[in-house]
Amino acid sequence: MTTLDTRSNPLGADVQGGTEPLWKRYLPGHHWRTADEEFDACTLGFWLFLATEVLLFAGLFCGYTIMRFKFPQAFANGSSYLDWRWGTLNTVVLLLSSYTMAASIRAFQMDRQSHGRRLLAATFVFGLCFLLIKFTFEYTPKLSGWFIAFDPALSHYTELVDNKALGGLFHHVAGYGGKAPGQFFSYAFSEDPWEPLWWSIYYCATGIHALHVIIGMTLIAWCFRRALFFKAYGPSHYTMVENTGLYWHLVDLIWIFLFPLLYLIH
Amino acid sequence: MTTLDNSRAHDFGGHGHHEGSYLTPKGGFFTTVWDWATTVDHKKIGVMYLVAVLFMFFLGGLAALAVRTELLDPVRTVMVQAVDAQGKPLLDADGKPVMKTEIVGQTLARWIPPKGGEITSIDYGNQLYNRAFTLHGAIMVFMVIIPSIPASLGNFFIPLMLGAKDVAFPRLNLLSWYIYVTGSIFAVSSILLGGVDTGWTFYTPYSTTTDAEHANVVLMVLGAFILGFSSILTGLNFVVTVHKLRAPGMGWFDMPLFIWAMYSTSIIQVLATPVIGITLLLLVFERMFKIGIFDPSLGGDPVLYQHFFWFYSHPVVYVMILPAFGVISEIIPVHSHKKIFGYRAVAFASLGVALVSFLVWGHHMFASSGELGATVFSALTFLVAIPTAVKVFNWIATLYKGSIALTTPMLYALMFLFLFSIGGLTGLPLGALATDLHLHDSYFVVAHFHYVMMGGTIITFVAGLHHWWPKMFGKMYNQFWANVGAWTVFVGFNLTFFTQFFLGTQGMPRRYASYVSEYQTLHIWSTVGSYVLLLGFLIHLFVFIHSLVAGRKAPANPWGGLTLEWEAESPPIEHNFAHEPIVTHGPYDYETTVPPHWSAKDYPLPHLPANAH
Repeated sequence: MTTLDTRSNPLGADVQGGTEPLWKRYLPGHHWRTADEEFDACTLGFWLFLATEVLLFAGLFCGYTIMRFKFPQAFANGSSYLDWRWGTLNTVVLLLSSYTMAASIRAFQMDRQSHGRRLLAATFVFGLCFLLIKFTFEYTPKLSGWFIAFDPALSHYTELVDNKALGGLFHHVAGYGGKAPGQFFSYAFSEDPWEPLWWSIYYCATGIHALHVIIGMTLIAWCFRRALFFKAYGPSHYTMVENTGLYWHLVDLIWIFLFPLLYLIH
Repeated sequence: MTTLDNSRAHDFGGHGHHEGSYLTPKGGFFTTVWDWATTVDHKKIGVMYLVAVLFMFFLGGLAALAVRTELLDPVRTVMVQAVDAQGKPLLDADGKPVMKTEIVGQTLARWIPPKGGEITSIDYGNQLYNRAFTLHGAIMVFMVIIPSIPASLGNFFIPLMLGAKDVAFPRLNLLSWYIYVTGSIFAVSSILLGGVDTGWTFYTPYSTTTDAEHANVVLMVLGAFILGFSSILTGLNFVVTVHKLRAPGMGWFDMPLFIWAMYSTSIIQVLATPVIGITLLLLVFERMFKIGIFDPSLGGDPVLYQHFFWFYSHPVVYVMILPAFGVISEIIPVHSHKKIFGYRAVAFASLGVALVSFLVWGHHMFASSGELGATVFSALTFLVAIPTAVKVFNWIATLYKGSIALTTPMLYALMFLFLFSIGGLTGLPLGALATDLHLHDSYFVVAHFHYVMMGGTIITFVAGLHHWWPKMFGKMYNQFWANVGAWTVFVGFNLTFFTQFFLGTQGMPRRYASYVSEYQTLHIWSTVGSYVLLLGFLIHLFVFIHSLVAGRKAPANPWGGLTLEWEAESPPIEHNFAHEPIVTHGPYDYETTVPPHWSAKDYPLPHLPANAH
């Protein structure tokens, strides 16, 4: 009996034993006439998927717009607690990562395997930097009041520091934490009764974006693994790394919109 | 012959030996089960969807019968002890317990007593009733009607009708099925934990305040969120399939109209579902973290939830009905052996409906939106009538002077025309502001959308199942008993829902467990109708089981259809076609083409005068 999926399994034994790189031996799915048609279809499908992602965030942007029109003062107050320098740094990090991602696709298209892998790894590291900055300097102090010692924002609150931990690596600022979304919101500096709503929007938007960064990094790590062990991508077959790149650019693009909307309002 | 065995054609078998049908078991029981569970064959996935959808239809139907049974009784008034917020009895100045009057839905409470065993102590029956109709609505909308035709018949027949071996992304297709099952498990576990009483729309603040001690609402909403992914992935798969996998010779206007309808459906699924995704996610956050976006006490806006919800859920109404239009556009030409009247008009009407669908969500919110907005949305709503009426006129024009065979699918298609016209026309008074003020949230609305959703989509789903059953399973069914079932469903359906138009115009509000006794006669008729409906579906179930067990073998082309699926064997082989079909005629050219597997002797082409073409 014939099986439906006739292409060789990239992780199967026949592949690992082979000497030819996987991209040269790649066969399109059984229902495609040519590999080009398969590539076109995958790209079309992926663009449609990106459209759904944009629409997903459109709901959040719509909520943001309505709430900002209703409570401009609350949004300005809340935004003033975000440091534009961290936001800018993260923007730069993501833009650089988009460059390395695009360059990596180009490298695989030209069969420069190790160069392509290095660029993929760089993209992954930039993604990691983005998350580290986000969590260390933004989420953690705002939620808990604990600052890392070398955070420049700490200089505004030196007289309010009431506790230190891990040999002075973390400083706790009295009354700064608790900028949690919604009803659980309670902190001393609140100047506007509707500020919790700002933090709700902030955490939903950046949280869902961070989730997308993590998904993108997972895809990049998977591409890296396949490139390293099987040489899966090359001039005639690079569908997955191309679509991962598209996804990563989308993650970047959404941040480009989130950054001014969240950090640069007064 | 309609296909050419062309040497240039892509070899579809590709393995040089004879293949069995896709239903042929792969070995022992466990091997076969494993083969089905891991299959990437669109036909098997379509059948798995069919089984899952029919099971959920059974669950949703049970809830509907519970609702109807509850409504046999108009009202039950009981004197109960008043209690304070802690559940302690309230005492008056003399130390005697305070009594108060409560109305409870009694029938359901009698069947399922609360844990304490005391049905009069709280309005327990009302709660049960609320849960039953929420269960019915949520299951029927999210787990039955939305995936019914697209995921089962669409999955099975889109590649066959296009002359392809599979959908564009077979593994993604299997993933969609598993996502569907996961979402359904979330929803069903919410039911097992006691159910949800928010209504299927999950409006805030119902969904953020009721059932506070349970995780039920979160489970149910997450279930709907997960089902949305299944819907997006299926739609995406179909759009790419239609773009990239049409057989050689098949241009856009050579596609069967079912494909056009499914294409329009898929576009709506891809573009509307993400919005409900973020909405339901925000609702879950609202419920779990009190983020306040939909909570006015925190500055949020519950009407924003309604806008978000209907921005998806109105287009999704057309996700439900457009595939039905597609099925009808197949059945009517095949069973009247006549070319469809106005092919391009029907095709573009599908796209027109898809376009307009994104502009009319506000008509679900006439009572909660401003006057100007309501007027604009009312005007836009009437636009929907144009492409739908174009379709109905074209179907009727197709029937005119056709050789109509009253087979079960055709019978159902004719019933569809009747029921859907009632459903569509009763939508107009609801879209007009002046009449809607009187009719909104009444049984008139309930009757209207059941005529459209059930009379339109479910009836057509059953019609399509009868039309393609011989192709899917290779067995014929007993036409006589299938027709008996069809008539029973028709009578039961009208009995159940036509009465509700009268109830609505007389003022019976929807979602109430009890009512004034003047309405009882009509309610009893409606409940009797729902049991007749049950009988009708049971007849169909037995006809199908009988067909699988003892039906005679189906020929490859029992109805004489011209679309490509009728060129395949019944049931199709694993790769659908032995050789890639090449399209040489239009999908409805009955006057010039002998159907595949038929000989010219059986099918004499009409000798038309030269000027007839």
